[in-house]
Amino acid sequence: MAGTLSFAPDDRCNAFITTCDAAPYGDGKLSGVAVAVKDNISTCGIQTTCGSRILAGYVPPYDAHVVSLLRGEGAAIVGKTNMDEFGMGTTTETSGYGPTLNPVDQTRVPGGSSGGSAAAVAAGLVPMALGTDTGGSIRCPAAFCGIVGLKPTYGRVSRYGLVAYANSLEQIGPMARSVGEVSRLMEVISSYDSRDSTSFDRPYTHQPSADIESLRIGLPQEYFGEGVDPRVAETVRSAIGRLEDLGAETVPCAIPSMAYALAAYYVICTSEASSNLARFDGVRYGPPAPTQKQWHEAFQEVRGEHFGKEVRRRIMLGTFALSAGYYGKYYGKAQVARRNVRQDFERVLGEVDVIAGPTMPTVAFRLGEKSDPLSMYLSDILTVPANLAGVPAISVPCGTVDGLPVGLQLIGRHFAEEQIIDAAYAYEQEGSA
Amino acid sequence: MTVIIGLEIHVQLNTATKLFCSCSTDYRDDPPNTHCCPVCLGLPGALPRLNRKAVEYGLKVAKALNMEVPEESEFARKNYFYPDLPKAFQITQYDKPLSIRGVLEIEDDEGHEKLVRITRAHLEEDPGRLVHKGGGDRARYSLVDYNRSGIPLLEIVTEPDLRSPQEARRFLGRLRATLEYLGVFDGDKEGSLRVDANISIKGYERVEVKNISSYKGVEKALTFEVTRQRNLIRRGQPVTVRETRHFQEGRGVTTASRSKEEEHDYRYFPEPDLRPLSVAGWVEEIELPELPVARKNRFVEQYGISLNHARTLTGDLKIAEFFEKIASVDPVLAATWTADTLLGELNYRSMSIAAVPPGHFAGLLKLLKEDTITDKAAVQVLRTMLDSCAAGNECEQPAAIVEREGLARATGVDFAAIVRTVIAGNPQAVEDYRAGKKGALNFLVGQVMRETRGRADPRELGELVAACIETTEG
Repeated sequence: MAGTLSFAPDDRCNAFITTCDAAPYGDGKLSGVAVAVKDNISTCGIQTTCGSRILAGYVPPYDAHVVSLLRGEGAAIVGKTNMDEFGMGTTTETSGYGPTLNPVDQTRVPGGSSGGSAAAVAAGLVPMALGTDTGGSIRCPAAFCGIVGLKPTYGRVSRYGLVAYANSLEQIGPMARSVGEVSRLMEVISSYDSRDSTSFDRPYTHQPSADIESLRIGLPQEYFGEGVDPRVAETVRSAIGRLEDLGAETVPCAIPSMAYALAAYYVICTSEASSNLARFDGVRYGPPAPTQKQWHEAFQEVRGEHFGKEVRRRIMLGTFALSAGYYGKYYGKAQVARRNVRQDFERVLGEVDVIAGPTMPTVAFRLGEKSDPLSMYLSDILTVPANLAGVPAISVPCGTVDGLPVGLQLIGRHFAEEQIIDAAYAYEQEGSA
Repeated sequence: MTVIIGLEIHVQLNTATKLFCSCSTDYRDDPPNTHCCPVCLGLPGALPRLNRKAVEYGLKVAKALNMEVPEESEFARKNYFYPDLPKAFQITQYDKPLSIRGVLEIEDDEGHEKLVRITRAHLEEDPGRLVHKGGGDRARYSLVDYNRSGIPLLEIVTEPDLRSPQEARRFLGRLRATLEYLGVFDGDKEGSLRVDANISIKGYERVEVKNISSYKGVEKALTFEVTRQRNLIRRGQPVTVRETRHFQEGRGVTTASRSKEEEHDYRYFPEPDLRPLSVAGWVEEIELPELPVARKNRFVEQYGISLNHARTLTGDLKIAEFFEKIASVDPVLAATWTADTLLGELNYRSMSIAAVPPGHFAGLLKLLKEDTITDKAAVQVLRTMLDSCAAGNECEQPAAIVEREGLARATGVDFAAIVRTVIAGNPQAVEDYRAGKKGALNFLVGQVMRETRGRADPRELGELVAACIETTEG
């Protein structure tokens, strides 16, 4: 039954950039369900800013493929969620629209970059939301806010309409309070789209099952080693112990290429970003460029003024990495490292069914705590490898440290979302009890 | 001083839709920004989807130019800011082009066959177009039209094998003919071909001339540049190192570009939104139509026409096809009248051969073949007919023109009487002819022709006049 959903959330965490007070909906699998959409996913007729001032007032004339699918299944798009500017951050503090607060503890960040989506779900404002994950941007806020978030296999969900940050790494994925809801949303958004040439026709249609008898779980030493808060590691280990109780088998393993993963990731994502973001020049979007100047000066002025600091930093890093004479040293090397990470994952996932470890090395940071960009980049170390390898990964809440949520990360083979969803479901249904 | 020229030619492939979206490419008669979608506007989030037909066309060209098609090719981003480039990068091909190492046969300045090496041919998207209201530097603002954005281009790069501006023009003519024979290009469309030329005098620096957008322009720009560079060298002045110059079509000169705008680091990297292409196997399946050289040889053999006529007639697909439609009347007559008369008359009127109904022209040839009209009258009929075609009316039939204008070869006219009158009226010319001045005869024939309004055959008239003078008392 079609209708209109009125939506007036008590958004004290600043989860939304835009809300739709009367959201139309239709018939289908998600009829009347309020869904929040990260603000880097194009919504026809609804402002889409990517958390950036440079896109203030930009209203796309078309829907992203996933948004068409949501509307097609009757969902009510109730708003666009806050995010790190263009996805560049791990805390949602780089948003041009103010930081989002963690609903579990408002002195903490919700994680990022899909912090608005995670907070909206965790605060109970919506039952489900879409996020995007370039280097952990779904899993990190899911872990910090105590909800479930899935980064699908690269190519399983169409990116058509997702405003690109790092095309070769990112995926749109579902976020919700339970594995079942994540699975339900995944089913809707994974329908094939020929407009994304990097996507595959591998729709997800799966009912989660808690049967994980004889599931082989790999535990990479790198996920429990240096830089990981021992209390977080311990919480995750005990969660994995519960999975063993349910019939799973654990195997120690190693992913040596992880030593280069973070460096490779930051070279690739900043390189792609420097190209993707070049089009925002004040001519067609955002605050207009001054017309009395030469065009290159006008472009420079708009971009210098309306991009945030972190975005400018990454554009400059990427521009440098792609420059003549440096390409081989940075971008070329990063691609080699990326292939190594992928091969390591394929090797390990040939021996085990899923890889398990913490989603984040720590619990949610305090607001303003990660003012040094490098220490913020380092916190992506456990999420970035799945993006480099293109494999699916899910974060499911597995306890708390100092009252703050900890996420268990389960990483699967290409197109084996079903398997990690079952493992997460088993833990959620039986393990946490 | 040897001239060394290499060309980079951008041609628009005439696919029905754009390179990365399904917008129509037929934009030329439509208002600005009406053939656009999120993809070719470069809207945030839109993704390219490769047009299969464009790849097929690219492979056709590769095969026709005897090029290699590598196992894998790849699209790359060429990053630069310019207001006509909606994504601030162009999707093109860089170190893994669609095809490499080919040749095209042309005639050199002495008329000998020559092979020009092709370095590479790759696919890329056309940018939009800037419209400077008020024109050039005086415009207070520019408007952007994205109708052209995303039109498939094939960039064809030659080795520096060309040795004169004339040779460069002949190369382009042959290339154009080849592309049209392949059915992948329509050279009549405005802006469908753009050329950048690298030119140097052997032993000196090379200069890049950009912004040449016509065949004639290429010869003009290069001729200007050869003269300019030779003059610099003669005066002992240096040719600026790797200079980029722009061709000013209207003035026929090249001018130095502001160097800052040309200093680009394009930061190429593989386009992450498209997969690599593996199309080498596809080349086998592609069947090529008859190409200009083969058609030229066939024309000589099948129709018994001269090599020169065959070359002219096959130099343009539309002309070759036109000729084949009318050849049955009389191949040699058809070749002569098409190559020597019709093309000149069309050129004079800036008309395309497409405007001439072959049946009409065949009708004219028939009148000639049957001796109904003289050559002179035929030219007059042709001109009248072409004027009627050009006016956009229905083309007039040659027979009707002959009828209306009374141009049929005269029968029953007493030529002898007219000749006698002319001889009597021009005693000086008769005197001159008798004194051995052959030109005087032509003058007398001309006088008779004027009296008969071209309806008599000049050769026959000549004989008649000569005979008449012989029998007239001196």
